[in-house]
Amino acid sequence: MTGSLALRGGRVIDPANGLDAVVDVLIAEGRIAAVGPDAGKDATQTIDASGLVVCPGFVDIHTHLREPGFEHKETIATGTVAAARGGFTTVCAMPNTEPAADTAAAIEFVLSTAQAEGAVRVLPIGCVTKGRQGKELAELAELAAAGAVAFSDDGSPVADAHLMRRALEYASMSGPDGRSLPVIDHCEDPSLSGGVMHEGWVATRLGLPGVPAAAEEAMVARDIALAELTGARLHLAHLSTAGSVELVRRARAGGLPVTAEVTPHHLCLSHEAVLLGTGETPGGLAYDTDAKVNPPLRTPEDAAACLAGLLDGAIDCIATDHAPHAVEDKLCEFDQAAFGISGLETALALCLSLVHDGRMELPALIEKLTVGPVRALGLDRRVEALGTLSVGAPGDVTLIDPKAEWTVEPERFASKGRNTPLAGRKLRGRVMATVYGGRVSFSQEAVSARRR
Amino acid sequence: MTEEQPRAGGAIAALDKQPVWNRHHVLDLDDFTPSEIEAVMETTDAMMEVLGREVPRVPALRGKTVVTLFYEASTRTRVSFELAAKALGADVINIGASGSSVQKGESLYDTVRTLQAVGAQMLVMRHGSSGAPYLVARHVEMNVVNGGDGWHAHPTQGLLDIYTMRSHLGDLRGRRVVIVGDIAHSRVARSNIWGLTTLGAEVVVCAPPTLLPYGMRPNGSPLEEPLALPRVDVETDLDRAVEGADVLMALRLQLERMTSGLLPSLREYARLYQLNEERLARARPGALVMHPGPMNGGVEISPAVARSLQSAIEEQVTNGVAVRMAILYLLARGKP
Repeated sequence: MTGSLALRGGRVIDPANGLDAVVDVLIAEGRIAAVGPDAGKDATQTIDASGLVVCPGFVDIHTHLREPGFEHKETIATGTVAAARGGFTTVCAMPNTEPAADTAAAIEFVLSTAQAEGAVRVLPIGCVTKGRQGKELAELAELAAAGAVAFSDDGSPVADAHLMRRALEYASMSGPDGRSLPVIDHCEDPSLSGGVMHEGWVATRLGLPGVPAAAEEAMVARDIALAELTGARLHLAHLSTAGSVELVRRARAGGLPVTAEVTPHHLCLSHEAVLLGTGETPGGLAYDTDAKVNPPLRTPEDAAACLAGLLDGAIDCIATDHAPHAVEDKLCEFDQAAFGISGLETALALCLSLVHDGRMELPALIEKLTVGPVRALGLDRRVEALGTLSVGAPGDVTLIDPKAEWTVEPERFASKGRNTPLAGRKLRGRVMATVYGGRVSFSQEAVSARRR
Repeated sequence: MTEEQPRAGGAIAALDKQPVWNRHHVLDLDDFTPSEIEAVMETTDAMMEVLGREVPRVPALRGKTVVTLFYEASTRTRVSFELAAKALGADVINIGASGSSVQKGESLYDTVRTLQAVGAQMLVMRHGSSGAPYLVARHVEMNVVNGGDGWHAHPTQGLLDIYTMRSHLGDLRGRRVVIVGDIAHSRVARSNIWGLTTLGAEVVVCAPPTLLPYGMRPNGSPLEEPLALPRVDVETDLDRAVEGADVLMALRLQLERMTSGLLPSLREYARLYQLNEERLARARPGALVMHPGPMNGGVEISPAVARSLQSAIEEQVTNGVAVRMAILYLLARGKP
């Protein structure tokens, strides 16, 4: 890495350091070198960031990159470009690939492919059980030694309570420093599930089998009991119901080491998206397969409870659950369509609607996209000062224009997954440039013109 | 026992005076206005007259190709659509899931695009997935008629049920229609609820709670959502539900409901929810008995009631042909 890059005159928001001021950010040798007034005046390269927000690069702890095995849906190369376009400089890759990332070799494959082809940092998550079968523990210590930052059978819960207990116990010795690595559970009681959307009035109208809120809450409650039993680190993926948020809030009030995430779509959309969709719908019913996701989009009250949890700290962070799919996976009957939303490239703008509506402050949102997820999984034990603009932190910076209007055009996504329920929707707030390790990994034309 | 008003010879010609039909597809009754239902009823009257002729044929659809694409087994719906299309002079092609490219794994999208490409103008489809006809309607120019999709809708069944009720009861406003059976999984119930409430009838659904969908609970709070299924009365006790009923409609019980933990036994279901003579006696005198078929005799309806003078079950089937003629006719006339 040669030379230095300065981002000059932007509003710098660095929640970890309590900073919100118009200053410069200087990156040298791939790391944050200085933050302050005129800190960037002697840099070899500058970007005029005036009028923009400058913040640490976003961290997504829940990304499906699909490689190996499902390269027609996404690859590490395309998924990380999508991440950069969405302002993310670190993504945690979920292990539900084919083969599943349940061996050290599989973890090494993700790391080396990302090293060679990735546009941003990829931190792999390993499986909890062999082949995600829910029967035997994967070799968690070896996965951790190879670089796994957490364990998850995401896509499925660890349904067997006994195995989940043992996974939590075993994972607690597997961190790089001998400390606990988190087990991330996808909370869904399979015997209560089996539906294709939220069990509510929309499902009744559309004649679709529903997934009740209780399917998630029963598993959240079980996992919290197991966290209490084992004292191990538990992280709950994509919470979607008011009841789940309340269970986590109480567990944390009781001092349990439980963390949680929520997706932009569960914060901002509801099951009505399945009914109404976007654009012309003959008969007025969309049956929008792009709004089919697991856990399902729930009620506006559930979304409000998730936001309340995010604001009061019951939920640590926002994670995209970026789940890209091929066209044919979604261009089919609703009950046969794949679950998932391609979320990396719309996450910021969708969440900014909460800021524009006065329901959340911008620095709080940035915290939930940066240091929030880092602390939830303890990623700063792998990458020092990740998610911050502290001196010495990785030179990962995102420039955003919170007011820029744009229209979601999935055909222009970098991701191979064009499956978004936001197609055609006007959003306000845009990633203008993403700097990863001191290099500009993505920039809008308007920003390129500001480079010197 | 019908009291149709047979029209003069030029019944079809008389239909030209009707308001223009702007509908390109018939997917459900949820967006039908009372006057659109009225238009279907009047057109059905004319088709009944056609069916009563010595040669029950008119050339309204001559030169058109109607495809029936049935992914699920069906006798009466498929056959009555075929008869309806033929009575109107259309060429009819019947496709089932087996023996077609569907069996080779062709997607629904590709299948219907192919049918359109070979020149079909109208597609009648039955599919096990709720919403499948909506997917199709979004991607083809053909007229799409929903012949039943999953648990969601069966609009021509709803219309033929309404036609049958009206031919006995006249105006349905304020009439009490009790639908008993597996409401949760019933497209017939949903389409009837839309059509009947649009016409001002009072709909009562009756089932054990395990066969009622979300939002339908006895004494449950009404859903405030404007886009929800219309509000109906919910009753778990059939003896109470039938009091004062003008129409008693039993739904087919799918036998797999027992294995999925929704019901303990056929015996108990029949004891609690069978339309039998005792219960029929509690309804309004002369109340109409209906069933969309096929029946499980001795389960949801007793054979005696199914064959009683009050039963309109066979009439439903006959009316089904005329209603489907009316729908195909109106769609063909509505847009070039």
